[in-house]
Amino acid sequence: MTPQFTAIADHALLVTFSDEISKEAHASVIALDNAISINPPKGMIEAVPALVNLLVAFDPAETDHVEIELGLRLNLESMIIQDITGVPRSVQVCYEAPFAQDLEAVATATGLSTDAVINAHLDGSFHVLMYGFAPGYAYLSGVPEQIQVPRKAAAVRDVTAGSVIIAGQQCLVTTLTMPTGWSIIGCSPTAILTGDEDHPFLFDVGDSVAFERIDLATFDRLDRDRTHG
Amino acid sequence: MAEAKLSVSFAGPLVTVQDAGRPGNMRFGVPASGPMDRLSFDAAHAALGNSAGQSVIEISLGGLVLQSNEGDITVAITGGDFVVEHADQKTTSWTILTLRKGERLAIRAGKAGSWAYLAFAGTLKSRNWLGSQATHSTSGFGGGVLQTGQSLVVSDASVRGDRLGEIPRPNFVGGGAIHVVTGPQDQYFAKVALARFTSEAFKVTDAYDRMGMRLNGPTLELDGALSIPSEPIVRGAVQVSGDGIPTVLLADHQTTGGYPKIATVITPDTDRLSQYRAGQTLRFTSISGADAIAESRTFFQEKLRYLEHIAIARGTLEQRLMRENLIHGCVFD
Repeated sequence: MTPQFTAIADHALLVTFSDEISKEAHASVIALDNAISINPPKGMIEAVPALVNLLVAFDPAETDHVEIELGLRLNLESMIIQDITGVPRSVQVCYEAPFAQDLEAVATATGLSTDAVINAHLDGSFHVLMYGFAPGYAYLSGVPEQIQVPRKAAAVRDVTAGSVIIAGQQCLVTTLTMPTGWSIIGCSPTAILTGDEDHPFLFDVGDSVAFERIDLATFDRLDRDRTHG
Repeated sequence: MAEAKLSVSFAGPLVTVQDAGRPGNMRFGVPASGPMDRLSFDAAHAALGNSAGQSVIEISLGGLVLQSNEGDITVAITGGDFVVEHADQKTTSWTILTLRKGERLAIRAGKAGSWAYLAFAGTLKSRNWLGSQATHSTSGFGGGVLQTGQSLVVSDASVRGDRLGEIPRPNFVGGGAIHVVTGPQDQYFAKVALARFTSEAFKVTDAYDRMGMRLNGPTLELDGALSIPSEPIVRGAVQVSGDGIPTVLLADHQTTGGYPKIATVITPDTDRLSQYRAGQTLRFTSISGADAIAESRTFFQEKLRYLEHIAIARGTLEQRLMRENLIHGCVFD
């Protein structure tokens, strides 16, 4: 794919592979991200991978858009685009009350039983597309078609951190108590903000994620361990 | 070395601990945070003789009142035009003073500016997150949001009598239009919207916090309905929501989003704009990416010169009097 380069103010360059979401565009984003993590252009501060584009932030005192574009073109020529194969990660989910506020509504909207919704979610093949919105908010693709529901018309306030929420083909495990317009189908005791200095975020972009069902008693035990451990 | 213990008699909303920020984590949804006005932040440290980038308290229009319970400490206050009250003296920000045990220091909104910086001659003890004490205001991660009643500890507190008094203000920062580079989604806007963006005036609304500043002005219509894939966002991005209203994203911005960005404000002007208040009027002017780099580099050079100038200690009152006397001596002898 031939990328487009766009100058952003005095401190970033955006590399866009496509105007529309596709597996190929995202694979190119990840390939370029991997390449420049090994061979960063001089003056680069950080790279931010998203769905169809990659942003490269730089220090304008050290470099400029032209130099960064040259550095990226060198990487683009030599990089190998592969199917995305990130590290497999496991996330536990309790789909029971009081956490699964919207499970009934999703079941009604999709004409399935609540158990069928849960099983479909557990069967999904999820990948980390990107982070955004707030610290540790990892957007996962892969919600199976039969349980896809649109965003709600209005956001619900104060949704607990750890909520497992879905909208369209995306799923997210929240890390903060925040408003959301997505459907809440469960809660996870798995920490996305790990608290580990060497690996502070559970996922990298491209990782695959499998959900594992736990009951309320297990959730309570794990959540207690996490909070007080 | 001595420790200073302070208590927070009053902290308005959004008074936070900030250091130079935590770049490098946008890929995990974490913006750099750090001071809204990086020049004033750097000036506070330079004028106090500190090394750059240490933790300070960023003060919002809500204001801050501190009381020293233990130890004497010299502090610098910079940013905007805030009112500073200390030891029965009323002055403004851009000043250095010594807060002694039992004394009270109040910093409140003044004639202009939205953010003031309080730097200490010492090390403010605070919480770290991802290697930085900068507070990410929406999560409270990092040093944190100050609460009325809490206490603060500054280690290695010192009194720097040779640095007291007024700090020269950065007069190289001009007024005028806010410089932007158009894009990255300018092609999605109606032609008339693009023209209005740089020809008409906008007003800052009170929907203004560390995440962003919503503006009031001409509606910026999109060229037809569209949804763009969510993409990375930087500090300074002018994002336009579906109803045509622009918001300038600031230090605690979201790192990705699906609203189109009509333009992005250049680094020095992002900080200048951060000092605007609700009701103030601004205009945008568009420049090329190359000109943005040139503007930015000129600004950095002037900033460096300014910081070097204010970093020179002027001496204690005694030393200054002595200097004056010697000069007079030369003239009259």
